Amino acid sequence: MKVLKTLAVASALTATAMVGAVSADTVDDVKKKGFVQCGVNGGNLTGFSSVNDKGVWEGIDVDVCRAVAAAVFGDASKVKYTPLTAQQRFTALQSGEIDILSRNTTWTLSRDTKLGLNFVGVNFYDGQGFMIKKALGVKSAKELDGATVCVEPGTTTELNLADYFRANKMAFKPVVIENMNEVVAAYLAGRCDVYTTDASGLASQRMTSVPNPDDHIILPEIISKEPLGPVVRHGDDKWMDIARWSMTAMVEAEEKGITSKNVDAMLKSNDPGIKRLLGVTAGLGEALGLDEKWAYNIIKQVGNYGESYEMHIKAKLGLDRGVNDLWTRGGLMYANPAR
Amino acid sequence: MTHKFIEPKAPPISDRSVVGWMRNNLFDSPLNTALTIIIAYVLLQFIPLVLDWALFSATWVADSDACKAGSGACWGLINAKWRFILFGTYTYDEHWRPFVGMLILLGACVGSTIPVFWKPMRLLLLWVVSSVLLGIIMWGGIFGLSYVENTLWGGLPLTLIIAVYGTLFAFPIGILLALGRMSNLPAIKSFCIFFIELIRGVPLISVLFMSSFLLPLFLPDGVNIDKLLRAQVGITLFTAAYLAEVFRGGLQAIPNGQFEAANSLGLTYWQSMRMIILPQALRLVIPPTVNSFISMFKDTSLVVIIGLMDLLGTVKSVIKDPEWRIFYAEGYVFAAAIFFFFCYSMARYSAYLEVELRKGEGH
Amino acid sequence: MEHLNDEGVRAILYQVLFVLLAGMAVWYLASNTISNLEKQNVATGFSFLNLEAAFGISETMVDYEPSDTYAHALYVGFLNTVKVSAYGIIFTSIIGVIFGIARLSHNLLVRSVATVYVDIFRNIPILLQLMFWYALIINVFPHPKKALNPFSDVFLTNRGIYVPIPEPHPAYMWMLIAAVVGCIGAYFLKKWADKRQAETGQPFPTIIAGFGVVFGCALFAYVIGGMPTAIDTPALKGFGLRGGWNMSPEFVALFVGLTVYTSTYVAEIVRSGILAVPKGQWEAAESLGLKRSYILRHVVLPQSMRVAIPPLTNQFLNLTKNSSLAVAIGYPDIVSVANTTMNQTGQAIEAILIFMTVYLTLSILTSLFMNWFNAKMALVER
Repeated sequence: MKVLKTLAVASALTATAMVGAVSADTVDDVKKKGFVQCGVNGGNLTGFSSVNDKGVWEGIDVDVCRAVAAAVFGDASKVKYTPLTAQQRFTALQSGEIDILSRNTTWTLSRDTKLGLNFVGVNFYDGQGFMIKKALGVKSAKELDGATVCVEPGTTTELNLADYFRANKMAFKPVVIENMNEVVAAYLAGRCDVYTTDASGLASQRMTSVPNPDDHIILPEIISKEPLGPVVRHGDDKWMDIARWSMTAMVEAEEKGITSKNVDAMLKSNDPGIKRLLGVTAGLGEALGLDEKWAYNIIKQVGNYGESYEMHIKAKLGLDRGVNDLWTRGGLMYANPAR
Repeated sequence: MTHKFIEPKAPPISDRSVVGWMRNNLFDSPLNTALTIIIAYVLLQFIPLVLDWALFSATWVADSDACKAGSGACWGLINAKWRFILFGTYTYDEHWRPFVGMLILLGACVGSTIPVFWKPMRLLLLWVVSSVLLGIIMWGGIFGLSYVENTLWGGLPLTLIIAVYGTLFAFPIGILLALGRMSNLPAIKSFCIFFIELIRGVPLISVLFMSSFLLPLFLPDGVNIDKLLRAQVGITLFTAAYLAEVFRGGLQAIPNGQFEAANSLGLTYWQSMRMIILPQALRLVIPPTVNSFISMFKDTSLVVIIGLMDLLGTVKSVIKDPEWRIFYAEGYVFAAAIFFFFCYSMARYSAYLEVELRKGEGH
Repeated sequence: MEHLNDEGVRAILYQVLFVLLAGMAVWYLASNTISNLEKQNVATGFSFLNLEAAFGISETMVDYEPSDTYAHALYVGFLNTVKVSAYGIIFTSIIGVIFGIARLSHNLLVRSVATVYVDIFRNIPILLQLMFWYALIINVFPHPKKALNPFSDVFLTNRGIYVPIPEPHPAYMWMLIAAVVGCIGAYFLKKWADKRQAETGQPFPTIIAGFGVVFGCALFAYVIGGMPTAIDTPALKGFGLRGGWNMSPEFVALFVGLTVYTSTYVAEIVRSGILAVPKGQWEAAESLGLKRSYILRHVVLPQSMRVAIPPLTNQFLNLTKNSSLAVAIGYPDIVSVANTTMNQTGQAIEAILIFMTVYLTLSILTSLFMNWFNAKMALVER
């Protein structure tokens, strides 16, 4: 019987090691465990979230999580990543497996309501496009009548695709496979004529997964609006505030011209807005329940939005700022006032 | 129906000479001659092609460009990626740990096949000791081993862990379900029948979906369980239902006299089960249990659908690399060979046991 | 406290306790679920079934548009499950019986080929096999523009197999009806032939005559219907081949994978079924002067079927359940459609419940049918 008892205790210990507790208050919970659990794209989507040669996660989506960690802990490296497929992402968030989902997820009404999610904001404005082999000689999405289209299931893309072909009275055959890599593999093998996803995703796949990028073109039509942004669980406003304002701080920093390089110098700035943001004038940190240095840490360790964009999207995918530029330069990035 | 007298058959041809053997085995009727010729022709066409692809024209160096230049199989893929395929994302410098862990697990499995260990306490001890060792070596965190969280585990060790522990935990549950199904207590009996038939009536993938998507919802607010444990729960429940039916077969094979004799000795239900019935019944069902384990071992590959990096998962992840994408066949063949090795040897073992145990019946 | 030792009282006590415990467990889980869903504001209920599905499905046996409802999309998925399972079961039986017999052949070559086939394909996970077949089909077969063309108007491409089919015409409907009538006729013919054989010993070529009746009826309907000859031939148009009858690579991979995998199990069942027939039966039949093939067909197989039917049922059910792995290679079966539905609506519980119910129903129906069949086949003991 003694052996039985040992066994029972051992299995109970193992089980507790694998069962975590999530309180209703994600912030307290995150602080207690010492890191932010961040759900990212598991398909190595260069520019958004991918593992580099040194085994480190990087990308514009990853930076959101790093910013949150910098705000909460003052250390952007206190993040653990959970790679997810489109199918798994919402369940992972709902079940508490992750604290924040930053996986190029489109903000839609149904997701915000029926799926029990809360969108924090938009870190990349995108739209859905088509990639096709150059040899087919197609110049416009309007010529795609009768095409076979590879698409990832459980996405807004899958729905927009059907909408677009319906609206243009064209026929199509979808090929829908479980995860992004499978879908791309099917497209490359020639199972489909066209691959559709967010335009940035197409650019990313063309850069990384396609053996001869020049043989493939991205059609000019953008058929949908895809505001991509991080998501948190419904019903946890405190955590949502932290996530939202961590993101905002990055845009605000760019508006105010603060970068990771000059942030220390900026501490001596006379601009009251900069002083508030960097915690020289106290108040904002306390309002969020964080250290007053929260925004300073984000900018210092992660950079401002422009820096993040340059490093991940511009440098790796060659995509210009476009609509993702600051509102002052004609784009959509507009930081709500941090005061 | 025939009305004619049948001519006596010619005497059997001697099997001793090569020609005689061939006539007996390959050309003993027109149909067989035709089949022999057709199959021999197809094999002669087919085998050289396969051999050429797999061996003679194959590229062995770990370089995808060399592979693309060659005309045969690209074993360079395996050469370049075997560590990732076998051990997945486990910390690279610590790969010896999952390897040792695998040996411990296999050792425990092989140990369980030796009759010396076929005593409940010994078996229990064997598994407790090896499980503790396995936990230490895989998780680490003590004895100077760095901590490796189980989200990083992958490849063959993960496949083995899920399959072995799935069966191990399913064992007691299966016994209880089988006893419950044969019990006279209607409430317990109907519950067990309901559970067994429910699980056996649906595909494993739906049980895995249940455990991976729905289990978190069933648990109280604030409790979150690991993805690996969730998959393990699903697989365990699934296996338990199948094992229950195997055990029921064993229980039904025990003559009624044994139950009656135990009763008349004044043993309680649990005493008679533990001391009289189960030892006999379980011995009878060892071969089908091994078969059930083989199925389980193969079915663990389904966890790739819920996002765990088992052996199939690591192979798929290797062949998504654009450099190696066109060598998918080699990746799959490698994984298939590993699965085949395990399943086939277990199947042989189960067949051997069947013969051995029948010998022991002594009549 | 004395009555606690009474066995009957204790039995009731145990059961009450058990029911209470089980009830509490269920109540606990259910209340957790409800509170979790409420807290996160996740929608519940089956009303989503009437909403517009808005996603496309690549292959459908009935008309389907993205503007149809989720309920209809799931129905389309269900039909696809039935389709691949039905094809799978038919071909698995045929191939399984052939290999089962071949494993017992006197011919060494035949026997070894069958053994290698069975050993290899039953010891590799079905999911791996499916993925392999799928990758093979889409990578090895050419683009429709360079389609392999083994027979005229038959095309093998990485978009699937295309074969010509007759264009729709009412005559085909009549042929189907006539064939059904022919089947009924053949059934009565068999009854008559059996009766006559029992009375007079005169055999009657029932199989040939039966086929004759069925085909004759169909042919008659074809002639009466106006002998339509228009053929819908697949031809290159736009992005690929259009027209004809198409089997998608997803379907082919799933069908081949399921058939090959399950047929190894069927072969083993058939083999042990044949081995279960006592040797005396062979010898007795041989001494009556019957030919080997005749013995196999009329003496041994009918007896071994009795042994083999229960495990065969299981294998057919397994095949149906394994068809759910379609989700991994993109064949739109019920699980795959339910999976998409669950992601678009966020209602995981409902979606999983739906396909679990479908499989349970299929399982129960198959068992009921097989039980009936089993009873019919069982030896009539006198």
